[in-house]
Order: sequence, then C-alpha cells, then structure tokens
Amino acid sequence: MIPRYQTILFFILLAASIVMGTVLWQLRARAHQRLLAGMDTTPTQAPLVAPPEQATLYFDNDADSTLMTEVLSLPLPPSPNARARALLGKLLDLYTLPNATHPVPGGAASVTQVFLLPATGDDSASTAPAAEAKTSDFGPQLAVVNLTGAFAAGHPSGLETETLTVLSICATLHANLPRITQVRFLVDGQPRATLAGHADLTRTYLTADAVPTEGIHP
Amino acid sequence: MRWTENTHKNSGCPILAASLFLPLGWDSTNSPHVLGSLILTSIVSSLKRLTPLLASILLLALTIPAFAQAPPATANRFVVVLDAAHGGDDSGGTLKDPSGVANPEKAITVALSVRLRSLLAARGISVVTTRESDSAVDDDRRAEIANHAKAQACLSLHATQSGSGIHIFASSLPPAQPASIVPWKTAQAAWVTRSLALAGDLNSALLHAGMTVTLGRTALSSIDSMSCPAVAIEIAPEIPSGHSEPVSPSDSGYQTRVAQALAAAILEWRSNASRTEVANP
Repeated sequence: MIPRYQTILFFILLAASIVMGTVLWQLRARAHQRLLAGMDTTPTQAPLVAPPEQATLYFDNDADSTLMTEVLSLPLPPSPNARARALLGKLLDLYTLPNATHPVPGGAASVTQVFLLPATGDDSASTAPAAEAKTSDFGPQLAVVNLTGAFAAGHPSGLETETLTVLSICATLHANLPRITQVRFLVDGQPRATLAGHADLTRTYLTADAVPTEGIHP
Repeated sequence: MRWTENTHKNSGCPILAASLFLPLGWDSTNSPHVLGSLILTSIVSSLKRLTPLLASILLLALTIPAFAQAPPATANRFVVVLDAAHGGDDSGGTLKDPSGVANPEKAITVALSVRLRSLLAARGISVVTTRESDSAVDDDRRAEIANHAKAQACLSLHATQSGSGIHIFASSLPPAQPASIVPWKTAQAAWVTRSLALAGDLNSALLHAGMTVTLGRTALSSIDSMSCPAVAIEIAPEIPSGHSEPVSPSDSGYQTRVAQALAAAILEWRSNASRTEVANP
C-alpha cells in the first residue's frame, strides 16, 4: 500500500515536469524566432564572378593512347585549392560528354577536394632546394586529390585507361599551377591501393613525368 | 651419399674421399665434377708411393676449390615468370565479347598464361607461373615468386576492354643504381633500363606479327617490387583492317597469336646473352 503523501508528491512532481517542459519548449521557439528575425538576408553585395582565364587541360585519347591539350576560357577562383578543384572538375566533365575520347563517368562531382601542401622529399629537389621550399611561399607543392568512391568504382578497368586518367590529372594540375610538382590521391578521404584494379594510387606521382612534351604516350 | 664402386673400383680409397662431397641423390655418372675427380684420381694413382692417407688429403685439398667455384644452378637457367593478373575474389575488369558474353579479366589472363607457358616450355624455357587456377594472389606474393625465381624476364598479363591492340608497360620508377639493400616497393628501379629493353623486344615481335602496339610506363605495384626485367602486357580488343567487328581478348585465336609473338620475343631476348646476366641489372 503506497502512502497517501507519496502519491500526492508523485503527482506534484509529474505536473511540475510537464509545466517545465512546456515552458522550455516555448522558450526555444521564441529564441528561434528571435534568431530568424535578427538575420538580414537582404542581398547587399553582388556575387563575385571571376573573370575568365585561359586554362590548359590535358585530356586522354583512348584511340591512340595519348594526352592531348585543350585551351579553354574558364572562370577560375583565386584560391589555388579551389582553382585546382575547378580545373579537375572541368577536366572530368569532358570525360562525361557523349563523344568523349576517354569516357569516364562521374564528372566534376568526382573531385571532392584538392589540398595543396609544401612538397617534401628528394622528388622536389629538382625544382627548388628543399629547405627553401618548406619556408617559401613559392616552393614546390604537393597536391592531394580526394576523389569520390563512386568515381573509382565507375572507372573503366585497365592499365592504360587508368594510367591515362592519373596522368591527365597530374598534367592538368601542373600546367595551370606550375608549383605543383607532386600529386597524391585519396578516395573518400582514405588511401586506396588502385584506381580500378591497376594504377597504383599509393605512390606519389611526379608531374614532371606526366606532362608530355608532345602528344606522347603515358 | 652415393658411392659408385663399380664405376670407379680401380680408384681405391681416394674416390671414396671424393664421393664424400657429393650430395644426396647426386648422379655421379653424369656429373662434370666427378669427371674432374677421375682426373684427380689418376694423379693420385701415380702417387702410389704415398700413403693412402696423404693421397686422400691431397685430393681433398684439390676438390674443395673445384666445388667452391661451381656456378649456382640458376645462373645457367633461363627462367621466365608469367604473372596472370587478378584471380580469386579479384576479377579485374569485365570484357564483353561480340556476342555479349561477359568475361572476367582474371579468366582471360590465366588462359593466356597457360598458352604462353606451353609455347615457352616447348622451346626449352623454364617457366614459373604465379597462378594457374582461379586463386587469389596478392601483389607482394607475385613479386616474391618472381624474385625467388631469379627470372630473366617477368611478364604481368592483363586484359582490358578499353583501347585497342597490345599495351606494353614498363615501370614508371626512375632508374636507380643497384644497391645492396633494395627497398621492396621500388626494387624494380634498378632494373628499369633492362625492362625497357625487354619491352622493346616484345614491341618488335608484336609489330612483326602485325599487331597494333602501344608502349608506355605505369605505376603497377606488382612489377614495381620485382627485381628482374619486368613488363606488364595488356591485351585490348583487336580491330582488324577491313572488319568493323573487333576481336575480343577472350578470343582463343587472338590469344594464340599474341602468345606466339610473345614467345618469339622471349626467344630473341634469350639469344642476347649479354642482357640476360642475372647479376647485372
């Protein structure tokens, strides 16, 4: 048998809890309304449209296994990271066209991020002293390209086609951002052994090896 | 240990001393080392004035350098490693033949490997394969097999639906000088120059067979760890002149022609003795 005073106390506490919950809910709603009221969404500054610039894209031609160049006029953002991502997005968009010479699905959305870091190691020694490169804003850079898993999963499998894709990315980055001397790849933010079963994505690629002097093979 | 008493019964005690150096299962009747021992025993027999014990000691002293200078067994063997790519859970790419049937890359590579192995074996070339069935072999294991075989040529076989003709790839590692300690992932660097020469021989043979060939360099982890002349060969559909229908890499006739051309190239590679010295990458 529950004592009478405990029953009364229970109902009092229950009623207090309901009242407090209701008050908190109303306070939250009022705070949300005040927040919305404080935000001024009126456009007061016109969006910046970057002026078109000349960009050189190296795209693959499966017919003769070469890298070919195409100079386009593109609006590119001033930030090097965003610029690199925009360039690769445009490059991969070319591969989704119906008459693409190197058909690869995915397009611009296949490049999630491009990070630019100071290049290290002996590989960068050919372009600038390593010690100077680490401290200078003009030293060689390592580009880390983060691709989507869907791009890797949908990429055609084959030594040649995968190699051409990797080389076209490296050559395009170096042609437009000459400080990029090394390129590494991630897929969904993680290291991945191969692109689609063949091309090694665990190594650091040197852009000097990728840029063709004239329509050369990979 | 085998003592052929009937053959060398006139040799007496010294030949017994020589036979102590023969390993188990050694066929002494066909061995050049035993012929040398016979010459030595004739010398010994002329020294009958010496006691048998002194003769044995003399024979022992003369025989040890002869065995020490014997070349390793692999130095005179010409070994080719055939690496059929993929296998097991790793099917590789998918290739469709003209009838629309999809073939996994792993099946095509092992079929080509078997054809090429038969052709090379018929020409007296020792062949080591990384797999001959649908089994999973990782890249490190493939390189281990090739390096253990001390091969004079390593061919990694692939197939693709993209492009046309035959694609030959050497490692894209920069050439490096041979070193006493070799990094596993860049072991091929000391062999890149010879791998490019091997690719050149393969290119010539395939062109001679009337095929379209593309030469290139790539980053492929299996051949990057091989310490031998190594190339990757990728078979793409063949587009014959006068026919609009491409020939799929799964076509047995196409595979046979490719295998014959590759076997001819390997023979050419073997014929150049200066390039097949294992000790000098």
